[in-house]
Amino acid sequence: MKIVVPVKRVPDPATTIRVLPDGSGIATDNVKFVINPFDEIAIEEGLRLKEKHGGEVALISVGQTNWQEQLRTGLAMGADRAILIKNEQALDTFAIARVIAKVVEDEKPDLVMIGKQAIDDDSNQIGQMIAELLGWPQATFASKVEIANGKCTVVREADGGLQTIAFQLPAVITTDLRLNEPRYASLPGIMKARKKPLKELAVDSLGVDLTPKLKIRTMSAPPKREAGRKVASVEELVAVLHTEAKVI
Amino acid sequence: MGDVLVFAEHNGGHFPKTTLIAVNAGLEMARKRGGQAIAVVTGDNASGPAAEIAKYGVSKVIVLEDPRLANDLADAAAQALAGLAKSVNAETILTTATALGKDLMPRLAAKLNAPMASEIIAINDDGTMIRPMYAGNVLATIELEGPVRVVTVRGTAFDAAKPGDTVAPVEKVTPELDPAGLKMEFVAFNAIKSDRPQLTEARIVVSGGRGLKSGENFKTVLEPLVDEMGAAMGASRAAVDAGFVPNDLQVGQTGKVVAPELYVAVGISGAIQHLAGMKDSKTIVAINKDEEAPIFGVADFGLVADLFKAVPEMVEELKKVKH
Repeated sequence: MKIVVPVKRVPDPATTIRVLPDGSGIATDNVKFVINPFDEIAIEEGLRLKEKHGGEVALISVGQTNWQEQLRTGLAMGADRAILIKNEQALDTFAIARVIAKVVEDEKPDLVMIGKQAIDDDSNQIGQMIAELLGWPQATFASKVEIANGKCTVVREADGGLQTIAFQLPAVITTDLRLNEPRYASLPGIMKARKKPLKELAVDSLGVDLTPKLKIRTMSAPPKREAGRKVASVEELVAVLHTEAKVI
Repeated sequence: MGDVLVFAEHNGGHFPKTTLIAVNAGLEMARKRGGQAIAVVTGDNASGPAAEIAKYGVSKVIVLEDPRLANDLADAAAQALAGLAKSVNAETILTTATALGKDLMPRLAAKLNAPMASEIIAINDDGTMIRPMYAGNVLATIELEGPVRVVTVRGTAFDAAKPGDTVAPVEKVTPELDPAGLKMEFVAFNAIKSDRPQLTEARIVVSGGRGLKSGENFKTVLEPLVDEMGAAMGASRAAVDAGFVPNDLQVGQTGKVVAPELYVAVGISGAIQHLAGMKDSKTIVAINKDEEAPIFGVADFGLVADLFKAVPEMVEELKKVKH
């Protein structure tokens, strides 16, 4: 089984994000970058499927040279090879989906496994868009994946419960929190990762229309919520909720 | 010109509050774009629900009825909605960012070759929109170009539509479904049964975090407080991660976003990703034994205490207030 996992480089989720004074973006100095946590879950699931069914796990990123760091981390977790589509321009989600879909068409995997949402732009779009562009079935927000005889059954996190759907491969699956707990890269894994193939391609060489149709005009910080006060006891808490906030 | 197609999600004929929010946001979008808001109801039996949503101020309701649309599978629903969007020449296709909205709308956008904005919180008069990024730490003003665009709205940012005196006409349209594009098969839906209010609809939300220490403690310690307050129960990502409660209860950047009148955070430290899901609540209460916990930075009323003592005490105090 061949599995492709698109990987995004994002600020560490514990980082406090600051908007640049001119509203053109966020401050990135002293910000640590990591693999998008949901993509990490996708890599882990890919590795588990490979361990069970054989095959390979290939990573794809659309980004700048320094995205190699996150791809090497994914290789150290156990992925077999990586492709970095080098891009310097501002792309919107749909353009990124088109780029990834183009590479997936060439790679012809059985499965694309991707995080449900990148924790920087919080769009939650790419997996679904890739599925449509390829004409493949999609299973978003997966919490359980089973594959037998080319048929895939996925349990999904839906509103009010769990939905189970099934389809033939190839398909796109987007990963949710409870699917698995990603492994850490081991030291031998890190050593091995240095020698694994990491191919670079120029985004312009793919012949994909990159014109963004979603444009960010400006960014700003949201109004800050002021901290209130501490209360001394449960009795006082209930009293202020009753008489002051009037919510109970 | 500027017409808005609102996807009216329903649950076996019942419209959740999130759908009424979508209708209201659709009405606002249509007003600002000089067009009409049209609701679309899909399913194997969509006529009954269509008559209901017709009371909420839209200009028209379109019914797409087909057994293959029964379970809201993304490939079938995207096909049907894309065909309709083209035939009515809609400028915006809009719904609320529920689990279904998030699943379906990006696929629809790709099918229509249209850009998409996720979880917008405001529609500006100049056609731009505002959406949060980076767990709500950034508000981006964005624009979508092209004759067609797809939008999901954040449920907490718009009011629910109210029924009016007029009833919009209901029109039945045969959905265009190419069988070759229908590759997903519905197997089962296991509903989480609860008599409590829905997280996204409740006036009061009581959430527990890792401080609860176990799923058992959610039941024996937190639930009595939840029920005494008539609240919905929520949880932090850490509590879901630890397997204490189902993911459906998760409040935060990667779970549900809520803004009730009262939000009570119990044993929740207040990680950035949790704050993203609740910081727009009207009144916030935090109970945590760590006085340095970031949750106190957004709480109107903070109580530094051992939750295993404070929560049962609070249940008793609330009973007194009631009587």
